[in-house]
Amino acid sequence: MASISAALLDLKRLDQLASGTTFLHRLDARAKVLATLVFIVCVVSFDRYQISPLIPFLIFPAFLIAVGELPTRYLLGKVALVAPFAIAVGICNPYFDRQLLLQLGALRVTGGWLSFASIVLRTGLTVGAVFTLTALTGFPAICRALQRLGMPRPFALQLMFLYRYLFVLAEEGGRAAKARELRCFGRKGSGLKSYASLLGHLLLRTWQRAERMHMSMLARGFSGTFPEQVKARLRFADVAFLSIWVFLCIALRLSNVTHSVGALFTGLLP
Amino acid sequence: MSHHILEIDRLRHVYPDGTEALREVSIRIVHGESVAVIGANGAGKSTLLAHLNGHLLPTSGTVRVGHLPVGRDTLAEIRRTVGMVFHDPDDQLFMPTVYEDVAFGPMNLGLSGEDLERCVKDALRQVDALHLAGKPPYHLSAGEKRRVAIATVLSMSPDILVMDEPGNGLDPYARRQLINLLKDFKHSKIVTSHDLDLVLDLCERTVVLSGGEVRADGPTREIFQDEALLKECRLEKPLSMQGCPICGP
Repeated sequence: MASISAALLDLKRLDQLASGTTFLHRLDARAKVLATLVFIVCVVSFDRYQISPLIPFLIFPAFLIAVGELPTRYLLGKVALVAPFAIAVGICNPYFDRQLLLQLGALRVTGGWLSFASIVLRTGLTVGAVFTLTALTGFPAICRALQRLGMPRPFALQLMFLYRYLFVLAEEGGRAAKARELRCFGRKGSGLKSYASLLGHLLLRTWQRAERMHMSMLARGFSGTFPEQVKARLRFADVAFLSIWVFLCIALRLSNVTHSVGALFTGLLP
Repeated sequence: MSHHILEIDRLRHVYPDGTEALREVSIRIVHGESVAVIGANGAGKSTLLAHLNGHLLPTSGTVRVGHLPVGRDTLAEIRRTVGMVFHDPDDQLFMPTVYEDVAFGPMNLGLSGEDLERCVKDALRQVDALHLAGKPPYHLSAGEKRRVAIATVLSMSPDILVMDEPGNGLDPYARRQLINLLKDFKHSKIVTSHDLDLVLDLCERTVVLSGGEVRADGPTREIFQDEALLKECRLEKPLSMQGCPICGP
């Protein structure tokens, strides 16, 4: 459970980063969300054997991290956490796909290895971009932006509540697990059975908390719908940011910059 | 008639499982009074509080806030008038930021624009938490959470403040800060607490509940001097009235 507490602290850090004051922090969340969506769609739309055209896309997270003054190592750590999933998804590719696509001297690169590398790179890019977006914007602001972009309101509210009470639930769960552990004396306790009961209690407690929260909402005049807040309009800077990145992502998607640069250099060589 | 007057008349509440939580409870609280409701666990304090803004409706008897009886058709007005601060601030602070949480009630009452902003800032200023406006609630300390929870209610300009265990989980400094803050409020206040020293500091009148009945209702100091009554109701004199254990009383 120590790891859950550490993960929570990490999430809190992500939130603290979002309260920064750089130019990127001040942009409308919708512009950042849309730019990230376009970026993700462009990155995942490449063919499975393509790697070189993906590399220039690194410029998007790199720009956001640099201008947003975000801690690179921390964000890389977050991406590394997700890497095992990507590796698990792609690790069988080299085994099944043995078609030889590239030979560099004695090094034979099969289609399987290329698609595996492509999966890992694409995961790194997309997950990195999402973490960077969250660190620049904050989860609640992203939910509100998604709602204004057309996501159903109840869904946005569910997400916001989920995020708010994730901390409370994880702390409660952590305490319960610690209490269980302290009475296990290093043995298994009742094993899975005791965890099942612990989870059941957590569910009931969550239920009770939801009832109390609803009471507190009713006490403050809640009538079933959340009151609308004043909606900010997109400013010039937001539109400019969005346009530049959408244009750049699409341009990078349509032309292989790495290949062109490579061709330019090899063309210059005698 | 002023909204600040609260009248509970022969209130009885029976839960669906047949437990009779309140029996013939009658209390009248007038404008500006600060009243503590104390009692052992299961004495009926929380059930009583839940009737004050209509979360529970009486099985028999009445609760009136000013001229309004608490009932399904008066809930909106009653809930604006009676501000309820919950036992656990995490139940009360559910919005992404402190500002939005404090704005939640006024927005439901139809406030917007500058009026809303002024109202939210005033409430936060009253509890000395204006600097926390942009923070998410889960980043706050227990004392800050408690003060912000009070601000979420103050922003609706209630006439009566109802607080369930306000000093619970606070360190001595935060507790003292809260007591001083609450002392300054001119609202009618109803407080439940097991912290009888806090009650002594805050409330001039105390109602003792036991087994769902009112066992005593009177000046706080007089009630706390009645050791037999306190013992019978599973309570104890507040520490500040117990005298020094070494030098004697």
